[in-house]
Amino acid sequence: MALIRRDLRLAFRRRGELLTPAMFFILVTALFPLGLTPRPDLLQSIAPGVVWVAALLAGLLGQESLFKSDYEDGALEQLALSPVPMEVQALTRIFTHWLATGLPLVILSPLMGMLLAYPTGAMGVFAFSLLLGTLSLSLLGAIGAALTVNLKQGGMLMPILVLPLAVPVLIFGAQAAAQAARGEDPAGALYLLGALLVLGLSLAPFAIAGALRVSLES
Amino acid sequence: MNPQFSAHGLGLWRGGRRLCQGLSFSLEPGEALQLRGANGSGKTSLLRVLAGLGRVDEGEVRWAGELIRGSADHRASLLYLAHANGLKAHLSPRENYIFYQSITDNSSEITADEALVRFGLIDVSDRPCAYLSMGQKRRAALARLLATRSRLWLLDEPLTSLDAAGADLVADLLKAHLKQKGLVVLATHQPLPGKGIPLRSLELGAAP
Repeated sequence: MALIRRDLRLAFRRRGELLTPAMFFILVTALFPLGLTPRPDLLQSIAPGVVWVAALLAGLLGQESLFKSDYEDGALEQLALSPVPMEVQALTRIFTHWLATGLPLVILSPLMGMLLAYPTGAMGVFAFSLLLGTLSLSLLGAIGAALTVNLKQGGMLMPILVLPLAVPVLIFGAQAAAQAARGEDPAGALYLLGALLVLGLSLAPFAIAGALRVSLES
Repeated sequence: MNPQFSAHGLGLWRGGRRLCQGLSFSLEPGEALQLRGANGSGKTSLLRVLAGLGRVDEGEVRWAGELIRGSADHRASLLYLAHANGLKAHLSPRENYIFYQSITDNSSEITADEALVRFGLIDVSDRPCAYLSMGQKRRAALARLLATRSRLWLLDEPLTSLDAAGADLVADLLKAHLKQKGLVVLATHQPLPGKGIPLRSLELGAAP
């Protein structure tokens, strides 16, 4: 609890950094209709892919620093010595980070969908797929952040580590949104998206805690 | 009867270099051990090992007869003040103090106000740590000595960037801690001010 409070307070003190992913998300999706011919049928067919790719990249943008500042100022050592298991700490920190950076993307997504002529009736499914997806991507990104925490130039390595893992989330997420737009039943893709989230929730904390412990060891 | 805190045949390798070999000590309640040695001789690495963070390559470290890896009692009794202050730059000394007090199992009754008055930081208690001087940051980090009732203190260069009054304060706290049957391992070059702190010392860096 104290950790959640601290992270939210820190996030609030660094509002500028916090807004970067949301700004990036808005800019990328908003530029597509300008760069392409603004035909509603074309925009509608690319909308799920564009919004999903923008959300994925926006998520990666803020993730690298997830553990880095704590590693550098010595707070991570202190947290490692606290009685709360590292796995639980990892989960709470990912969740707070998602609240601060992932949730805004989910909230913005209907607006971005509208910009790309995405059908209003399917907007609920679209936002829901992003809700499941951004949570999964946060978990995956945190693994990458934990693995590269003690590297000076981890910024390059992290996307390479994370992207292959993120591809299934992107495929099923964009598919659910596309199916909903065509009026088909998106349940199958959503179930798979949910399954990926559950898989991430159950395995990522252990991977993150392990990676952080190893990086503290030397 | 097991010693409270002991190391036996400890050997550490860092970055392909041997830092120490066959290092042993034992510490009882009320005793303090000073680690000495040149820069780069492995004082910080050794302290991290004693805190249960660093990797042990040879030998073992025991707390009340139990290996420290996985010992919940060791972890609960421990206060480790590292070289890095562990302060969040965007939080004030008060917020940092309260945070660290809330994540330990054995927090003391000393409030943030009392601790910060003691460390002369009450005037800056609500200013983000990023705006404090080095010495003030160190004081804010050392204020954590009051936040818990930990028995084992591991202090890495506690006197760095402190003024004379600050060093006196740390010496007083150490004395009081030892009187209450606490244990201290500290790495420092500077001599502690004042008399009456029974320090044993351990020389590092003798290994080839």
